[in-house]
Amino acid sequence: MMETTSSNLEVEARAGGRRTPLLSQRRFWRSVGDHTVLWLGVLFMLAPVLLAFLTSTHDAVTIHRDGLQFLPGDHFGETYEAVLFGATGFTGKATGLVMTFNSMVLGIGFAVGKIVISMMAAYAIVYFRIPFATLAFWVIFTTLLLPLEVRILPSYEIVQKMGLLNSYTGLILPLIASATGTFFFRQFFKSVPDELLEAARIDGAGPFKFFVDILVPMSKTMIAAIFIIMFVFGWNQYLWPTLITTDEGYYTLVRGIKQIIQVWVGANIPEYGQAMALAILAMLPPILVVVVFQRWFIKGLTESDK
Amino acid sequence: MKRVIFGSSWLPYAFLAPQILIVIIFFYLPAAEAVRASFYLENPFGGGSTFVGIDNYKDVLTDDNYVRVAKFTFWFSLLVTFFSLAIALLLAVKADTVLRGAKSYRILLMWVYAIAPPVAGLIGVLMFDQHVGPITDVAALFGYKMQIGVNYNDTAAAMIIISIWKQVPVNFIFFLSGLQSIPKAVREAAQIDCRSSWRRFWTVTFPMLAPTGFFLLIINITYALFDTFAVIDVVMKNEPGSNPMTLVYKVYLDGFRGSDLGGSSAQSVILMALVLLLTIFQFRMIERRVHYT
Repeated sequence: MMETTSSNLEVEARAGGRRTPLLSQRRFWRSVGDHTVLWLGVLFMLAPVLLAFLTSTHDAVTIHRDGLQFLPGDHFGETYEAVLFGATGFTGKATGLVMTFNSMVLGIGFAVGKIVISMMAAYAIVYFRIPFATLAFWVIFTTLLLPLEVRILPSYEIVQKMGLLNSYTGLILPLIASATGTFFFRQFFKSVPDELLEAARIDGAGPFKFFVDILVPMSKTMIAAIFIIMFVFGWNQYLWPTLITTDEGYYTLVRGIKQIIQVWVGANIPEYGQAMALAILAMLPPILVVVVFQRWFIKGLTESDK
Repeated sequence: MKRVIFGSSWLPYAFLAPQILIVIIFFYLPAAEAVRASFYLENPFGGGSTFVGIDNYKDVLTDDNYVRVAKFTFWFSLLVTFFSLAIALLLAVKADTVLRGAKSYRILLMWVYAIAPPVAGLIGVLMFDQHVGPITDVAALFGYKMQIGVNYNDTAAAMIIISIWKQVPVNFIFFLSGLQSIPKAVREAAQIDCRSSWRRFWTVTFPMLAPTGFFLLIINITYALFDTFAVIDVVMKNEPGSNPMTLVYKVYLDGFRGSDLGGSSAQSVILMALVLLLTIFQFRMIERRVHYT
């Protein structure tokens, strides 16, 4: 990466050289400045995670003695095997694999649930003239105003009364109670040309058939975009899973972070390596999704306005 | 509204039902319960509660501790919002200018978006750790002994820096897409009219970015108020003690650890009011921003 950047600079400088030398020189230095700022930014974002990963390949004693590690060590296999398949020492029985599975259930369950429910609601709002439509609209969109954190205690009590503590349903459903998805699909459905519906009606398609056979396939890109945002959002949930799951069988990776901290306070030589390995494990899937589906991710983020 | 609309049947109701049901059970009921509980004093040993009017609010607002937390929240939000916006704007402007490698920079600068706040907090805690943290080592070189979890200011600084780190990518993505949507004609005209790139930025680019900026301002304040909960929880390692904390953290602390239902609810309602104010402000700004575009 470094090499390409510097050779780019040379190319630029040479290309500019054919014009006036003063201008090309000034341009060269400005370009150097731009790239330096960007590299500092990259370093700022990258360094902590890189350090966390490198540290996770060392054993606890080394880290405790010498501090965080700037070079790879020889405990990679050991540490990650212990974290993935063993009860991690931070938790009694939840292995990294179990927590990864739970995180997947939460991330995918939340994203799919939210997309299905909000597409249906948006369809009903945009394509039908029903009494109380305005009321329904406001009932749904007021939820955009208040995040879960401000009503956390009563939400917990309701889920508890419904007997949903330590269950995937209790984990996912309350998180879906916000209108971001509905808002997003409403905007999109409004931009779908009316002619499409006219044509479908002439062909004899009913409202259900129109939704399933035409509107849903048309929204594919939108669905992908919003899925990525919602998956990352669901996977990264912390406060709600912390309250709802006391049974380790339901711990997610992100929830497991709390356990790490609790064990640390009181440990002689904390398992720094394993803790960092868990952190890496917890960030890997969402990062992969965001980087691989970059185009959709940016679309989903900037168009949904969160 | 659509020109062509289906006649009403059972379908729209069936389609609306799940969303409305979830919203009522998991949004309106809890929100209403928070408002109700804020006017009552719960008996800690179970068995009923007494109506106390606005006493809970009075207690909260006259509590020195609450005022201290509110002050910290103000400075915390201000610093996190300002620095994460400023750093992101600088990086976005540079990424928009460079001719080569813009795409690589974009990926390298945005992927931290996917990291959960508590995970960022955990890594941050290690970076600032008294025994193993490199940042503490650097501070020691300058003769400063950094003590996270012990020294109030050090802990606050760690919370702020970690929160900024986590928020830069979102702002970066929005600023960059805002910059890229500025029409080429405008850029070229500006280039001819104004030689100095510094002045060009402040007189042309910056005003064009204002709508994105207003939107991000609200997003960032909301982030600093609510989404940083996990960072704060992890940095203080579950031991609130005399550590700095935000208003949301205090709601959680008093409600779940302190079992002060009325007080916690009153704090919730105060926060709700704050968010409502922010939203009204946001809508006002959106109305006004029409003039820019």
